Amino acid sequence: MSTIFLYNFSGLALFAIGLHGLIRSSHLLRKILAANLMSSGIFLIMIVGAYGPDQALIDPVPHAMVLTGILVSISTTAVALVLVCLVQETTNRALLLQKRKREQRGRTDA
Amino acid sequence: MPDTPFWAVCLVVVPLFFAIICFVRSSLVTFLGPLAAWLNALAGLGMTLSFVHSGPLRYAIGGWQAPLGINFSIDGLSVLLVAMTAVTGLSVSMYAKGYFSLRIGSAGEINRHGHQRAYFWPVWLLLWAALNGLFLSADLFNIYVTLEIIGLAAVVLTALSGKPAARLAAMRYLLVSLLGSCCYLFGVALLYRSYGILDMTALSRLVSPAPLLWVSLALLTTGLLLKTALFPLHFWLPPAHANALAPVSAILSGLVVKASFYLILRLWGEVFAQVLPFAAYVLLGVLGCGAVLWGAVQALLQKRLKMLIAYSTVAQLGYLFIALPLIRLDPGPSAREAVILLIMAHACAKSAMFMAAGSIFLKAGHDRIDDLDGIKEVLPVSSFAFVLAGVSLMGFPPSGGFLGKWLLLGVSLASGQWWWGIMLVIGSLLAAGYVYRIACHLLVFKASFSSRRGSIPPVMEWPAVLLAVLAMILGLLAGYPLGLLEAGCPVPIHACLEVMP
Repeated sequence: MSTIFLYNFSGLALFAIGLHGLIRSSHLLRKILAANLMSSGIFLIMIVGAYGPDQALIDPVPHAMVLTGILVSISTTAVALVLVCLVQETTNRALLLQKRKREQRGRTDA
Repeated sequence: MPDTPFWAVCLVVVPLFFAIICFVRSSLVTFLGPLAAWLNALAGLGMTLSFVHSGPLRYAIGGWQAPLGINFSIDGLSVLLVAMTAVTGLSVSMYAKGYFSLRIGSAGEINRHGHQRAYFWPVWLLLWAALNGLFLSADLFNIYVTLEIIGLAAVVLTALSGKPAARLAAMRYLLVSLLGSCCYLFGVALLYRSYGILDMTALSRLVSPAPLLWVSLALLTTGLLLKTALFPLHFWLPPAHANALAPVSAILSGLVVKASFYLILRLWGEVFAQVLPFAAYVLLGVLGCGAVLWGAVQALLQKRLKMLIAYSTVAQLGYLFIALPLIRLDPGPSAREAVILLIMAHACAKSAMFMAAGSIFLKAGHDRIDDLDGIKEVLPVSSFAFVLAGVSLMGFPPSGGFLGKWLLLGVSLASGQWWWGIMLVIGSLLAAGYVYRIACHLLVFKASFSSRRGSIPPVMEWPAVLLAVLAMILGLLAGYPLGLLEAGCPVPIHACLEVMP
């Protein structure tokens, strides 16, 4: 019981940390890592769900879903990294425009 | 004649196959891309015809049953949306063929446009396959995979234009889409833990109000709202749709946002309709009202044509959400029919507007609204298509938009919740405002328009006219699609209940 709770709690914590990172960090690479963290949290929660209440029978469906999910998250990360490179190429910074403007404004103020 | 499952499988396999071939042999893209578009449209037609003939059904691909296999659930709503995707997709494909040949032929920089064409076709076909898969899939996890493919393909298409603004918009789109998918997947995981099944029809029999259900529904809905760009989560949509290439904007605004809305309609209108409290529907309806007002006011203020169309998409998506509480209130099917009509009319009209705007952009070399006076002198067909599509967005009879809004108005009056009806009317007035503003510049104001560019080929002008006319006469033809919708209500469920643990 307590082990299952620990796994669930860690999954939830990973999701929350990832969500915070995705919204709050400004560097695009950090945002992508945060999104990966979020999906890892979800995968953990899914895998723990495979253990039934009696813990003797293990449900194979969550495993299939997590495997598919890992593939999806790898492809997403690949596309995201290419896009970060493109953004870096055009603006010389791996940041979104809004943040960049705010920083520039801060610099001129200082 | 092949049966419905054959066409259903074709609808996913054919575009997927051609996408891979186009990706591997990019020299064949000019020929294979349009060919695949015609084949897809043919499969959509075949699907619709055989559906009319044989009615709704469930199909387990390869004989693998529900939990581990992939099941298709084919009913009226899926068939209508597949048909809508086929018609819009074929028109946009024809437009895209002309668009890329024109740009490669005219511009000096052959490399950039050739590169765009080599990637446009495979990614667009992939997107088409995922859209069809989404509309046909029966379970929430398969839908997650198709949603993710749609999101990634849409992001890649947005970034294709190569402009710095488009790249940044694509990056923002990708992050929003990632956040949306993560929320959706979390919701799916929680649902599976509570009920041990992800099939939508089976879920609708099993669900009962419970705290875990609220959490998972909140996560599912938040994810989908992010992807549908409901106000106030719409911030990513206007830059992404306005900075993409013209055929891409037509696809994104006409089809991609409808995919996630379709899912909201399924979940809120069918699967969880029995357990969700009415207050939740009102919340979505109020956000829809916000979208209608904010999108239309922003559209009125825009200086660039494509930005205006993109904000108009935000406003038009609002109508779909206003309809959700009405669907819940309405004892008959008319609110549901109204939503479907609005979805189809908007897909046709908005794609037509973006295609016409793309032709205008190419001809004039810019899309600043104030400098487009009298462009009808040099581009009569596209200007006509643009204004006709705009008129159908305003909801002028006999357009599909008119009939949809009329039905919703009737439901809102009949159910006593007349304030939704007032929002519909205000939204139409605001839409009339921005459409007339464009129409004045395009058609009425006189100016000696000197065109520096070559002529726009007919293959780029007529698909837009076709879609605009279709949106306009959808109100007259509404009996056919709505008949399909009614035919497809009961889906046999025993197939998925047998395999439940």
